[in-house]
Amino acid sequence: MTDQAYTFAYLDEQTKRMIRRALLKALAVPGYQVPFASREMPMPYGWGTGGVQVTAACLVPEDRLKVIDQGADDTTNAVSIRRFFARTAGVATTEATAEATLIQTRHRIPEQPLREGQILVYQVPIPEPLRFLEPRETETRKMHELEEYGLMHVKLYEDIARHGTIATSYAYPVKVEGRYVMDPSPIPKFDNPKLSGNAAIQLFGAGREQRIYALPPYTAVVSLDFDDHPFTASKPGHACDLCGAAHSYLDEVITDDAGGRMFVCSDTDFCAGRRREGHQGRLGGQA
Amino acid sequence: MIRIENLSKSFTLHNQGAALIPVMAGASLHVAPGECVGLVGQSGAGKSTLMRMVWGNYLASAGRIMVGATDVASATPRQIIALRRDGLGYVSQFLRVVPRVPTLDVVAEPLRVCGVPQDKARAQAARLLARLNIPERLWPLSPTTFSGGEQQRVNIARGFAYPYPALLLDEPTASLDAANRAVVLDLIVEAKTRGAAILGIFHDEAARAQVCDRLVDVSAFTPKAAPEAAA
Amino acid sequence: MTQPQKATEFSQSIRGAVAPLLQVAGLAKSYGARIGCTDVSFDLFPGEVLGIVGESGSGKSTLLSCLAGHQRPDQGQILYDGQDVLAMAETERRRLSRTDWAFVHQNPRDGLRMGVSAGANVGERLMAIGARHYGDIRAQATDWLGRVEIDANRIDDRPAAFSGGMQQRLQIARNLVTAPRLVFMDEPTGGLDVSVQARLLDLMRGLVRDMGLSVVIVTHDLAVVRLLAHRLMVMKSGRVVEQGLTDQVLDDPQHAYTQLLVSSVLQV
Repeated sequence: MTDQAYTFAYLDEQTKRMIRRALLKALAVPGYQVPFASREMPMPYGWGTGGVQVTAACLVPEDRLKVIDQGADDTTNAVSIRRFFARTAGVATTEATAEATLIQTRHRIPEQPLREGQILVYQVPIPEPLRFLEPRETETRKMHELEEYGLMHVKLYEDIARHGTIATSYAYPVKVEGRYVMDPSPIPKFDNPKLSGNAAIQLFGAGREQRIYALPPYTAVVSLDFDDHPFTASKPGHACDLCGAAHSYLDEVITDDAGGRMFVCSDTDFCAGRRREGHQGRLGGQA
Repeated sequence: MIRIENLSKSFTLHNQGAALIPVMAGASLHVAPGECVGLVGQSGAGKSTLMRMVWGNYLASAGRIMVGATDVASATPRQIIALRRDGLGYVSQFLRVVPRVPTLDVVAEPLRVCGVPQDKARAQAARLLARLNIPERLWPLSPTTFSGGEQQRVNIARGFAYPYPALLLDEPTASLDAANRAVVLDLIVEAKTRGAAILGIFHDEAARAQVCDRLVDVSAFTPKAAPEAAA
Repeated sequence: MTQPQKATEFSQSIRGAVAPLLQVAGLAKSYGARIGCTDVSFDLFPGEVLGIVGESGSGKSTLLSCLAGHQRPDQGQILYDGQDVLAMAETERRRLSRTDWAFVHQNPRDGLRMGVSAGANVGERLMAIGARHYGDIRAQATDWLGRVEIDANRIDDRPAAFSGGMQQRLQIARNLVTAPRLVFMDEPTGGLDVSVQARLLDLMRGLVRDMGLSVVIVTHDLAVVRLLAHRLMVMKSGRVVEQGLTDQVLDDPQHAYTQLLVSSVLQV
C-alpha cells in the first residue's frame, strides 16, 4: 500500500526524530510553546501543515487514523489528509472516534470522550495567545517566562466593554496547570472543558509559526474569565435536527432561499452513531 | 526666633568674565518672637537680597541664618523645604502660581501641604479672602488674571493662611487701598500677638511706624572694602 | 481619605524620620567612548519631586532610563526602599515597574495601548496584579478617568480618538491606578499646547501632594520644574553640574552653565 517513493509517513526519519524531541519537551512542560524546524509540506500553510508534521512524527504502522475538519470526516481538508497518510504511511483509517488511535483535528474536539492511548493532534494557525495585544515575539516570550498574563484579561475586558459579555467564542485562552497561558487553537469555547483532565494525549502543531505545544493526559486546563463574568461553554440553544442530541456542538445549515435552516451536530461521526442507535431529531426522518 | 550672624554674600557672574560682585558683608540682626523688625536702606542696599537669603532663595557665602533651630545658610534643600512648610512664611511681591488653580485653593495650599483636610483649609482660605475684600465670585478663578492689587491681596492671604512662627514680608502694603492696607496691618499685629517673629520691608512709612518694633538699616552691611576682602 | 496621613508621612520624611525611597550612588552609563551620564548620586525621599534639567544630549534622559530600569548602567548603585535594584531578579524588577513604579512618556503613544479602550488602558495594571472582577476594574477606571478630568462616557473610546492633552492625562491615570510610590516622567508636558500644559501641571501637583508620590521629572522647561519640583539637578555633558533647592538654583545659580541656562529663558 505504501508509496515506495516516500519514507514512512512522508517525512524523513531525522525530521521525525526532531519533531518527536520537540513533542517530548512540550509534554514535559505543558502549555509551553516549543520551537521546531517546520518543513515544507505538500500543502499550503493554513491547511494543517503543523498538524500533519506532528501526525507524521507520531504515526506507527499499527495506527488507525481519523481526520476531522470542523468535526466532519468528509470535508476536503479531512479527506485529503487522510488519503495522504493512507498513501504515504499505509496506515488504516476510520471515521469512528472510538476506533481511532490517532485523530488529527481542525477546530473541534470529538463529542465522544477520548480514552487513554489515543492521541489528538490539533492544527494551529496562531499559537501565541498574547499576539493580539503584543506584536513583539521577544516581549511575549518574556511575558510567558515571567507569567505576566494581565494582557489576556485586557482582551477579555475589551470584549465585555464592547459586547456586554465575553464575546470570544473560539480560540478562547486557557491557563495550563496554573502556569502557561495557551491558545487552544480555534476550537469553539464549547469544547474548552474537554481540554481539561482529558485521558488522551493532546498535541498542537503550528507549521507556519514553527511551534509545538502539548497537554499530557489528565492535565488541568482552566479557561480565563472574570469573577463577575465567569466562563460558560455556550452553544446554540437548539437540539440537533437529525439526531436530537441536546448537548453537542451544532452547525447551522441554510436549507433554502426562504430562510429555512437546520441545526446539526458538527461532529458527523457522533451524529451518525446516535442515529444508528435510533435517536431522532426534528428532521431526523427526512435528511 | 530669627538670628543672623556675620552674613555675607557675593555673586559670581561666570558669563561676564567671572566677575565677582560682593553685595553684603558682616550682616547681623535678630528678631524675637512677637517682634517685627523692619529693614530700611536706600534702594539697592540689599534689603531684598537679605530677605531672599533668609528664605533660602539665595545662597549665603558665609555666616549663619538661624530660623528656629535651622541654619538656613548651611541647611540641605530638604531642611529648607521642611522649614518653609510650617516654620517660615514669606509674602513676596510677586504671586507665582500654577495657572488655572482657583484662588481659593491657591490660598488653601500652604495648609494642605501641612496635612490640613481640604474642607478646613478652604474654610480658612475663605475667611482670609473675605477679610481682604476679594469678592467671592473671584474665588473659583485663577488669580493670574487679577489686577495687581488683587494679586497682592491673594498673596497676603496665602502668606497668612498658616500660623508660621516666623514670617518674611516684602512690601505687603504696596499697591493697596487704605481699607485693605488696614486689614493687612491688622493681620501683622495679630501675627505678632500670637508670637510670630516678623522681618519685613516697608516703604510705607506710616505702616512701618505702626507695626515695626525696631528698624535695621542694611546700608551698614554693604561691603566697603575691595572685592578681595568680601571673598 | 488617606491624604492627611500621606502629608504627615511627607512631614516626617523631610525631618529625616523616614528613609530615602530611592538612593543613587556613582551611576554611570557610556555608549562606547561617549559618556551618557557619569558620577550621578542623589537621594529621593517619599513625597519629594526631583527635577532634572539640561539641554538635549546632557544625559538627563539616559539617567532616567537607567533609573527606571530601561537601560542597565555600567557602574553605580540604585537602592529602592533599601533593595538593590540592579541585583534584583528581572521578575521582581518588572513587578515593581507594574506596581510601585510608574513611567510617564513624553509621547503618550509610547505609554498607552492605542488598540484598546481608555478603560482597558487604565485597567491593565490592575489586571496585571491579579484583579479579576470586571465590575471593580471598571469602577476604578471610571474613578481615575474622573480624577484626570476625562469624561466617564469616554471610557470605551480608544485613545486615538483623544486629543494630545487627554492622551497624556490618560497615560497618567493608567500609571497611577495602582497607587505607585515612585513616578518617572520624561518631558510630560512636551508637545502640548501651553493652556493644556497648565492643566496638566495643576493635575500633577495635586496628585503628587494627595498621593504622596515621589517623582523624578526630566524636562528642559524651567517653568515646569519651578512649579513642580522641590529640588533641581542641572546636567551638562553627562554630569551633574549643580543641584539644590529648585528656586535657589533658578534664582541664584552658581555654575556657569546654570547661569547661562537661566539667563537664556525668554521672559513673558
